[in-house]
Amino acid sequence: MLNRLVLIALLLAANTAQAALNVLACEPEWAALTRELAGDLARVSSATTARQNPHHIEARPSLIARARNADLLVCTGADLEIGWLPLLTRESGNARIQPGQAGYFEAAAHVRLLEKTGIADRAQGDVHPGGNPHLHADPRNLPVVAQALARRLAELDPANAAHYAARNQDFQLRMNAAIARWEKDAAPLRGVPVVVQHRSWSYLADWLGLKVVADLEPKPGIEPSVSSLASLLQGLKARPARMILRTPYQSPKPAEWLAERAGIDAVELPYTVGGSARATDLFGLFDDTLAKLKGGLK
Amino acid sequence: MFKPTLLAAALACALPLPAAAASDADLVNELAKVRAEFDQKLKELQATYEARLRQLEKTAPVAAASRGNDFNPEIGLVLQGSYAQRKPGERAITGFLAGSHNHAGSRGFKLDHSELTLAANIDPTLRGYANIALLDGAAEVEEAWFQTLGLGNGFSVKGGRFLSGIGYANEQHPHAWDFADNSLMYNALFGEHLAQDGVQVKWLAPTATFLEFGAELGRGGNFPGSDDGGNRNGAGAWSAFAHVGDDVGDAASWRAGLSYLSAKPKNRSSHVEDLGGVEAETLFSGKSNTWLADFVWKWAPDGNPKARNFKFQTEYFRRNEAGDINCVDNTVDGGACALGVNDSDAHHTRQSGWYAQGVYQFMPRWRAGLRYDRLDSGTVDFGLLPLPPADYRPSKWSLMADYSPSEFSRFRLQLARDRSMQGSPDDNQATLQYIHSLGAHGGHKF
Repeated sequence: MLNRLVLIALLLAANTAQAALNVLACEPEWAALTRELAGDLARVSSATTARQNPHHIEARPSLIARARNADLLVCTGADLEIGWLPLLTRESGNARIQPGQAGYFEAAAHVRLLEKTGIADRAQGDVHPGGNPHLHADPRNLPVVAQALARRLAELDPANAAHYAARNQDFQLRMNAAIARWEKDAAPLRGVPVVVQHRSWSYLADWLGLKVVADLEPKPGIEPSVSSLASLLQGLKARPARMILRTPYQSPKPAEWLAERAGIDAVELPYTVGGSARATDLFGLFDDTLAKLKGGLK
Repeated sequence: MFKPTLLAAALACALPLPAAAASDADLVNELAKVRAEFDQKLKELQATYEARLRQLEKTAPVAAASRGNDFNPEIGLVLQGSYAQRKPGERAITGFLAGSHNHAGSRGFKLDHSELTLAANIDPTLRGYANIALLDGAAEVEEAWFQTLGLGNGFSVKGGRFLSGIGYANEQHPHAWDFADNSLMYNALFGEHLAQDGVQVKWLAPTATFLEFGAELGRGGNFPGSDDGGNRNGAGAWSAFAHVGDDVGDAASWRAGLSYLSAKPKNRSSHVEDLGGVEAETLFSGKSNTWLADFVWKWAPDGNPKARNFKFQTEYFRRNEAGDINCVDNTVDGGACALGVNDSDAHHTRQSGWYAQGVYQFMPRWRAGLRYDRLDSGTVDFGLLPLPPADYRPSKWSLMADYSPSEFSRFRLQLARDRSMQGSPDDNQATLQYIHSLGAHGGHKF
């Protein structure tokens, strides 16, 4: 009897020693990337879904509870989560995930950001002076972030460092091969003029050579109004575009209003993992994005 | 940047001309060839360097993102003002002894508090925050506290002056209210809200469901405590609270709470009309114990509140006070207190109240909300003092609509029917209000 108890206790202890890292990702793309790198060694959840605007969620009780138990936060940074992440870390009472600690990871700290204006004037709308945070929309940023994230995982869980390194290497190979394939596939998209809704697509446009001719938002973060859309429609007559791009978390109404009158397609791109039926992981995300962009060309 | 043409010209001049240049035409041809060759080489060179530059930029360390204002604290200012149309005179809530911190009553154009906030990490372990309300000729320290960042295990400690964690709306500053004025419940309980000078300890349980416990020890110098009550060794007030919360699917989330506050006021001053209708000052010393229950429910399609969202909020309280009360008033005006044999007697009350409100954002920028307030003056026993026994249930309906051009600005119209004062006919109130935030403004709590 005693032996059996000791055995059970040992098994339980062994179980906790092997327990996975608890990872809270701020957005689905970073949850997907962490899963690629950690596999079964991490319990990963995302604070937002693809249908939620990552600028505008609240530090809800359930998120505070998840932050309390997290070993690692994987977020975008560049002020994308400024409205809720600082509250989450402060309210969590969790020393591991405070900014500056190993358990606080910001993707934006590892890549070159676009639109780094340094201008912090709200007359310009809801601006991010430190740069555009929607960086995952350029897949060339993913291997760079993966490199840093794999190192961070190894730092937090040194016993499994080799596991993270191997999975990272595998991811780098697969992602770089996929990028080469996507770039070949997307050649017809080069120079195609598009209208965007919010600067969510700057990185995608930069990668594929899409030409952004207009933004549905009169200023970043400011909802389009009837008058702003009307003047946009006027502008499109002089500088026509092929399609209007938006994320699943934005209302389809402004894009559809304009698309109908300008006689072009309004395309809902998945934006992140989970944003469409096919976007089940980072690879599916760009497969589907390219398919939909090319569909918009027809 | 290179100036290709300029360089090409310079280079062309430097090149030794063939001694036996046959004709001008040959020379021109030769020149064109050299220029083309130079341009081509220059382009290649430029491309190589740009490629190398890109490569270097990719590997170069990038400056850290998210930061405050370098070493300066995050500074924010909230501008608030209003235009109110209502009956003149001060309005007290019948049957409730109130503190002095009651702004209600003024009408016409007015500037409300300008809230100045300063916040920064003090060092790797502490964060500091101050909220100063600027008024004419005064600056009130609404909050000034430090909070631990890295105690771990779910613990955090706050010290200084802070808004107590009891109830739900208590931690909200006026700019975060969904209505132009405070609920009757918070007016009756605290004037505006309860600020504690003291220390707060919170612990978050390591569970999947949000479960938080907190306790506070404070000076108890604010209503329902009092200045004299705070002047002691030990705590003049203590409180405890528990919060539980979770999501229901992606679209909805909720939080519920239960709180208790105990204060020991001494010579706490309130103004009431005596039986003769003359304003009297009462001084209360004893115990004041309050229970609060709160519940908040938020919904948005897919949990994405930017375009549409709904918020329901309700709170209930029950307060018991027991001790001695002293009555002072102006004898010249015929005040009744001074005529009695005893100007002091035992006093106890048992009162309750609640409010419920719903706010719906039905399209981007636009919200509408409805609130109902109800208080029960319950049992109020002034002993033999010539003060009116209360038997009244104050209530109030408020309807508001607001428009937010951006998340930093808001304009609000509120219509209210206020029946908080017995004997005074229905007071229909209309308020136009603006709330603008400039500078750094942290997110609000759930």
